[in-house]
Amino acid sequence: MRRIISVLLENEPGALSRVVGLFSQRNYNIETLTVAPTEDETLSRLTVTTTGSDKVIEQITKQLNKLIEVVKLVDLTEGSHIERELMLVKLKATGSQRAEIKRTVDIFRGQIVDVTSSVYTVQLAGNSEKLDGFIQAVGTSGVLEVVRTGVSGIARGEKVLSL
Amino acid sequence: MELLSGADMLIRSLQDEGIENIYGYPGGAALHIYDALFRQDKVKHILVRHEQAAVHMADGYARATGKPGTVLVTSGPGATNTITGIATAFMDSIPMVVLCGQVASSLIGEDAFQETDMIGVSRPVVKHNLSVRHPQDIPEIIRKAYYIASTGRPGPVVVDIPKDMTSPNERYEYVYPKKVKLRSYNPAIRGHAGQIKKAVDMMLAARRPVIYAGGGVILGKATEQLTELTRLLGYPLTNTLMGIGCYPCSDKQHLGWLGMHGTYEANMAMHHSDLILAVGARFDDRVTNATEKFCPGARIIHIDIDPASISKTVEADVPIVGPVDAVLKEMLSLVKSAKTEPDAEALASWWKQIDEWRAFHGMRYETSPEVIKPQEVVEMLSRLTKGEAFVASDVGQHQMFAAQYYKFDRPNRWINSGGLGTMGFGFPAAMGVKLTHPDDEVLCITGEGSIQMNIQELSTCKQYDIPVKIINLNNQALGMVKQWQDMNYESRHSQSYMESLPDFIKLVEAYGHVGMRIDRKEDLEPKLKEALAMKDKLVFIDIYVDRFEHVYPMQVARGSMKDMWLSKTERV
Repeated sequence: MRRIISVLLENEPGALSRVVGLFSQRNYNIETLTVAPTEDETLSRLTVTTTGSDKVIEQITKQLNKLIEVVKLVDLTEGSHIERELMLVKLKATGSQRAEIKRTVDIFRGQIVDVTSSVYTVQLAGNSEKLDGFIQAVGTSGVLEVVRTGVSGIARGEKVLSL
Repeated sequence: MELLSGADMLIRSLQDEGIENIYGYPGGAALHIYDALFRQDKVKHILVRHEQAAVHMADGYARATGKPGTVLVTSGPGATNTITGIATAFMDSIPMVVLCGQVASSLIGEDAFQETDMIGVSRPVVKHNLSVRHPQDIPEIIRKAYYIASTGRPGPVVVDIPKDMTSPNERYEYVYPKKVKLRSYNPAIRGHAGQIKKAVDMMLAARRPVIYAGGGVILGKATEQLTELTRLLGYPLTNTLMGIGCYPCSDKQHLGWLGMHGTYEANMAMHHSDLILAVGARFDDRVTNATEKFCPGARIIHIDIDPASISKTVEADVPIVGPVDAVLKEMLSLVKSAKTEPDAEALASWWKQIDEWRAFHGMRYETSPEVIKPQEVVEMLSRLTKGEAFVASDVGQHQMFAAQYYKFDRPNRWINSGGLGTMGFGFPAAMGVKLTHPDDEVLCITGEGSIQMNIQELSTCKQYDIPVKIINLNNQALGMVKQWQDMNYESRHSQSYMESLPDFIKLVEAYGHVGMRIDRKEDLEPKLKEALAMKDKLVFIDIYVDRFEHVYPMQVARGSMKDMWLSKTERV
């Protein structure tokens, strides 16, 4: 099962490599990984999406918690949550394609953020399935380049992950 | 206000931490530190002949005393040579701090002479590692390193120190912190009261209980509480290889150790139990055999300081995260005040069954009128030293024989590499023990394969006068490899013989020690006595033992706890 684990990490050199090292060392999957500082400059927030049985996920969270620099973590998929990913896509856009792409971008509530005579660069945010859906809708033949940030997530309601 | 250089602060920090001995080897990046070491006499440095041995020495010291060991090496090869020792300590949760020199920070990343990324290289085999970025941080980093290494589930901590951090030209105010506070590291200080209550109720209601104790009992200094609880309940106890000594071997409630080469009665009792109280043990694959066939009728209570050890391989019914001593203490007081008692009738019939298993096998081997059996050497050593020696072993058949036939009644006396299985561990570990226990008998039980992996330390023993006794169970083969080849590869002995062994007697004499060869059975006892009587000499006793002996019992691969070979021909 796919899980989103959100981690508050000491913002120190080497901390990230410990998290990444743990996953390869213990044979766990990383599907996406994002990390950036938070409003508290001593902390980074890291979001990792992974798959595994309940037993494996339990081990992942326990092993992560064992890392000295992991301050706190939560498995967002245990409760209701919001997840978002940002994608930038370069699409071949000539002739009649231009209008068609524009319409698809509007349907997906994306934006065209850069334009040349033959290329549109599209920005799209949403959950991972939505981004996959957009690529499917425009067709892979017109796609020149795709870059995705990986998943970020936050719990719904009053629940917060903080110190 | 005292102003010190980084190197002086480092050594002062070690003094303030109460460190007496450090083990190491100098080199370019560590020279400022070695100079600071030279200018004081509180911290004693033991110069080894290979950095791996320094780590095993620190490890032996830590296992025997329960206090963290300390290693000092230079960058690059000095640091990478410590890795096997660090991994050994990591697998067995041994507290240790390894201080590594590093090239100057301005050179890091430039592939400078003797540069390796020690933080990266050591990461998978340390509890934590720390890098010095400002000289004034040194006292705090050292305090943190020892705190992390010795609290919670202990383990090795590496400190990487770029050369410019220890420069004699810059001085800083020295204050050694009294306490460390780490917001992201708070090991449990007691177990969950509700879980403990639930566990005790289950324990008192059990009909076929068994206590399964591991190295965590020794690390957690909980042998007294464990012994008291076990005696109070009257339940059988088995321990792991790492747990040897956590409960007196000679006690009738002790079933011996369990697992791959454990006793018949311990493995049978585990398999047929209805309740397992696991204390500071981690359900390692060398204990459980096939986990899906593990103890089908047993409910499991698991006490461990490390939550990640619980339900990692075998699911626990009642997990209790906490220090074993505190949890056992609470259990004791609950058992004492409980209104119910264990079912005496059920327990009596359980013991009757266990005694039948004991009578059926027990530990036995066939003796021969001419050939010396490795088991009888260990039994004789156990008798001659009254079971009170510190015994460090290497890895292989001799390790199993030592663990099976030496009768340990006390903790911290059995010193072996259980998790990583590091050949070359025993001799330097024994040295680390002997240095701090000069009046105790310290034996290194080894084989002609393992001993050659760190034999250069004979030289260190001469320099510092470390009179350990090396018992070389020489079967002229890599015995455990050969045993597996006999059992699983139709006796194709691929690379398990060394066709040129050194003359060990001449070799140890060249290093300035005493060598003895025993190849006749009638010489065994008198010569062992003679060797042990040479209190102030390192004696290397090269004993030619049966070349064809196997270690039994041995669990059948991928079977359950109860599936065992009891000899070359008997399988149950």
